[in-house]
Amino acid sequence: MRSLGWLRLPMAVTYVFLYLPILVLVVLSFNASKQPFTWGGFSTKWYSELAGNAEVLQGLGNTLIVAVGATVLSTALGTLLAVGLHRHSRSNLLDAYALVPAILPDLVLGIGLLVLFTLVSMTLGLYSVLLAHVVFGMAFVTAVVRARLTQVDPSLEEASRDLGAGQVSTFFRITVPGLMPAIVAGALLVFTLSLDEFVIAFFTNGPSSPTLPIVIYSMVRFGVTPEINALASILMLVSFTAVISAQRLTRLTDTV
Amino acid sequence: MNDSALAPLVSIRGVSRSFGDVVALDDVSLDIHENEFFALLGPSGCGKTTLLRVLAGFEHPDSGEVLLTGEDLLAQPPHRRPVNLMFQSYALFPHMSVERNVAYGLEREGRPKDEVGDRVSEVLRTVGLSDLARRRPSQLSGGQRQRVALARAIVKRPRLLLLDEPLSALDRKVRAEMQLELKRLQHEVGITFVVVTHDQEEAMSMADRIAVMGSGRVQQIDAPIDLYQRPATLFVAGFIGTSNQFQGQAVEGGIALHDKVLPGTAHGAAVSGNAVLVVRPEDTRLVDEAAASVSGTVVDTQFYGGVSTVAVTVPGHDAPVLHTRPGAPEVERGAVVHLAWDAAKAVVLAG
Repeated sequence: MRSLGWLRLPMAVTYVFLYLPILVLVVLSFNASKQPFTWGGFSTKWYSELAGNAEVLQGLGNTLIVAVGATVLSTALGTLLAVGLHRHSRSNLLDAYALVPAILPDLVLGIGLLVLFTLVSMTLGLYSVLLAHVVFGMAFVTAVVRARLTQVDPSLEEASRDLGAGQVSTFFRITVPGLMPAIVAGALLVFTLSLDEFVIAFFTNGPSSPTLPIVIYSMVRFGVTPEINALASILMLVSFTAVISAQRLTRLTDTV
Repeated sequence: MNDSALAPLVSIRGVSRSFGDVVALDDVSLDIHENEFFALLGPSGCGKTTLLRVLAGFEHPDSGEVLLTGEDLLAQPPHRRPVNLMFQSYALFPHMSVERNVAYGLEREGRPKDEVGDRVSEVLRTVGLSDLARRRPSQLSGGQRQRVALARAIVKRPRLLLLDEPLSALDRKVRAEMQLELKRLQHEVGITFVVVTHDQEEAMSMADRIAVMGSGRVQQIDAPIDLYQRPATLFVAGFIGTSNQFQGQAVEGGIALHDKVLPGTAHGAAVSGNAVLVVRPEDTRLVDEAAASVSGTVVDTQFYGGVSTVAVTVPGHDAPVLHTRPGAPEVERGAVVHLAWDAAKAVVLAG
């Protein structure tokens, strides 16, 4: 790589700008003092207090239900959609439509889904959040799996058929294993996105089952407590892990 | 090897297939016999691969029928046909070991585990890959991958084995080896082979019979030697080997050109009117002026070690006339030479 020279400085500033807030948050989550601007020594007490907060635990439970459910459904449906489009569609428009929910502003998607749910007189609850997350999750999985499909030798499926496997058998034994890195990457992506999704969940959720981001939002309204810092740090760790795994899996794909 | 008295193993009758405006197969009919090594030879885009895919079941013809031992093959989906295809890309399953790749077809048949194990290790021994059974395809060389692909196809003991450009991905040395290996295997396992290739040497050296295809049609079906010595169409004459071609008017015993008669024989139907005489460079010989069919000036000589080629420009003839002889050339550039050939060695075709 070429030497950066004086460009090192703006680069460093940019990175500080990107990561300083995160660093502050993580550091303050270990601050023993309740006052954000005084350092009261290192402590993990906010983490243990978090574990005793029923509201947070309920939110976490709800969020996990939605995230896991949305991941499973989006992955299955998105993979099928990607394979279907790859095999049968020569239409760029259909391709583009499959990706729209991923690009659409959350606000638009949230309001649109709320209107739709009201229109069909569906009561709101965790399941409506789950459905809403499947809508955009599917788009992400489809995008990732489609990219992988272009790299797979199409004669593999024909070879399987030629050797006596039916279409269903071929799909599960040859097609899916070939797409596995992309499927896992897509699933992790959906899980991460669903985990901290606020806007769409805010619109499509019922009052009785808030997800974690909504719980945090309502807590923050009365000021940011170190407890929230701790919670945010944990969420960040989970997201980082998922995203890095997803990236590594996609990279593995490229080298094969 | 001409068992035309026996009922054919595969009978292709009037098969046509078009992709939009492109006619890939145009009323193709041919028979393939039991235990035959059959080659479909032609330039790219001649329809040979489409025909192979029709046999495997991945293409359905627009019209025509295909019978395998008298039964309708087209009615069966690819996974129920007693036909296996070795893909040009080999299409080995990357997430399975060599062993698992080879076992795949037998497992889909629901064979018992012991039988699968025995047959897999037997076929791996046949192709000489017993030591590599646990490797992944990505850990193998090109030649080894091809052997796996072959083992995977023959382990099912198909009635018909289709090979799509089997040697095209291999380098020259491995290619010669595999050529012999394929022939040996075909004898050993007693399966009918159909090879698709654009490489005439490959087809000539391996096949019992060759169907030359051009623009979706079967141009000629013959044994390699007949194909070379008696091409039935100009396309075949031009595609197989090198040849000298003279255009003239068909007459008794050859063609008339510049008030001379070039000797030649019309096989099959008599030719009249415009005609082309085809003669192979090695069938020409240098003669005295009195006996000459054509005369001209040597423009180039090439010595290949075993044989040499002399190119002669003949007045009134566009392309140089080629003469091949064993050993070193006996004439030099600029010399005036006279060439002749036997009427039986030259073919007269309708022009």
